[in-house]
Amino acid sequence: MDWTAIALSVKLAAIVAVILLAIGLPIAYWLTFSRWRGRFLIEAVVALPLVLPPTVLGLYVLLAIGSRSPIGRAWTAWTGHGLAFTFEALVFASILYSLPFAVQPIASAFSQVDVSLLEASATLGASRWRTFFRIVLPLSIDGVVTGAVLSFAHTLGEFGVVLMVGGNLPGVTRTVSIAIYDQVQSFQYASANATALLLLVFSFAVLAAVYAILRKPWAVPALS
Amino acid sequence: MTPRLAASVRKRLSDQFTLDVALDAAEGITIVFGASGSGKSTLLRCLAGLLTPDAGQVAIGSTTLFDAARGINVQPQRRKIGYVFQQLALFPHLSVEANMAYGLAHLTEAERRERIVSTADRFGIAHVLIRKPGAISGGERQRVALARALVTDPRVLLLDEPLSGLDHATQSRIMEDLRAWNSAHDIPILYVTHSHREVFALGERVVVLEDGRILAAGTPQDVMDAPAHETLAQLAGFENFFTATVTAKQPDAGVMQCRLDGTATDLEIPLADTELGAPVRIAIRAGDILLANQEPRGLSARNVLQGTLAFTVREGATVVARVDAGVFFTVHLTPSAMETLHLRQKSPVWLVVKTHSCRQVAL
Repeated sequence: MDWTAIALSVKLAAIVAVILLAIGLPIAYWLTFSRWRGRFLIEAVVALPLVLPPTVLGLYVLLAIGSRSPIGRAWTAWTGHGLAFTFEALVFASILYSLPFAVQPIASAFSQVDVSLLEASATLGASRWRTFFRIVLPLSIDGVVTGAVLSFAHTLGEFGVVLMVGGNLPGVTRTVSIAIYDQVQSFQYASANATALLLLVFSFAVLAAVYAILRKPWAVPALS
Repeated sequence: MTPRLAASVRKRLSDQFTLDVALDAAEGITIVFGASGSGKSTLLRCLAGLLTPDAGQVAIGSTTLFDAARGINVQPQRRKIGYVFQQLALFPHLSVEANMAYGLAHLTEAERRERIVSTADRFGIAHVLIRKPGAISGGERQRVALARALVTDPRVLLLDEPLSGLDHATQSRIMEDLRAWNSAHDIPILYVTHSHREVFALGERVVVLEDGRILAAGTPQDVMDAPAHETLAQLAGFENFFTATVTAKQPDAGVMQCRLDGTATDLEIPLADTELGAPVRIAIRAGDILLANQEPRGLSARNVLQGTLAFTVREGATVVARVDAGVFFTVHLTPSAMETLHLRQKSPVWLVVKTHSCRQVAL
């Protein structure tokens, strides 16, 4: 079994989930509470990765970070090496690819919060920040957890974007899904099966844990 | 002297509805009364800063909170206005104590604790401080909402139908506590309601809203007892409205006779400067009509009308009877009175109405 690939995938997914949480919260907040008429445009952009083939997204990310693009040149000037086919490129591409999986559950949870609670918070002297951290976030915590876990799981399982942007460098960009593909290509069905099974069991366990946290099957039914 | 709340606001919500109100509230309870959709909540939201008026000013004493012309619009969190929402808006994930502490972030832990305990004592919720809002009774929730707003020591308190859905006994106990609180603090309190019962029970002053405008303002007695307007009369609990024609006037007795349209029935009503033969509109409270199961004699009341009982409906502690006396009258009586009278459908009945129970309202 390719433990290096597994470790790399988990590391990538964890980093992406943390970053997506950090940028997903403000984006979701803005999408929920903005009154700008053009809001639907941003919503459409955020949802794009859901419908685009990974190859399309991967191609444009590759062009965007290539040595001829401003981003690629700035990166080279800063770090001394190119961005394409690096772990950082994978993180960048995965953030874009998993963005809707973070933003949509969080935005949906935000929009479920009763507006009168936000107004009550304001009349009690709380700033928008305080209202967000004391009221909106605690009441949306299920959606936030869902968003983080879905980003993690979705990044863990991605294939096309990784292949386009990262290539297949062991220990750098060869994630678990690429490793499985390699093993199948070289007829190592036994090890491919072992890795695939591990990914399957792990993904199921993560999702089951999330739904358990959300549904709380161990809790006593509430009175009202 | 306590700073007064002075406001004049205009807010267009739709093509059909514009709020356009000027009011000046001194300390004590001012009732804002009106049917749903009359603009009561919109007015409170404009005062609290949750809605921005299109024009006008809002001020507490010499502090301007909003002035459209000068471009002043103080954010709701800086207005120091207590607001109790119709749905109470208690924070469900926080304990009662944390709900009350929410508006006290600027105080030290010890000051916070002291204020919460004394306010909770005053409103009888000290025993539920550690519970969540979902785990206490409806009356307790209402008290918590009130206490959460008052513990912050607001300069003005706005109450948006805070006691609707509670039984009368619980309502009046909560109101007594609010009065007791305000006798010490003496701030202006605006209390929004659509229940005419609450107007008399609570208010020193009442402002009546209709379609976004003030229809009348004054003491409850002034506004509700001599309603010059049919909408006002309806709001004030008048259930019976009839169109009639003046048939005779007795200026010496201070009364006049009116023939109810479509009937041969005359009603004696207080004299007004309506001309003979002119149409009038008469309003009578259902509770001001007596019902008899045989023809009454030797009464001071001048109007005794014969009819038949069409049907009765039980509404809480009141029986609502509809009586056909050429036109339909609505009469309120108690269930026990209903039993004593042995009334059935189609029973012959007599209606007794005092002259001064008949109010003339604008056509």
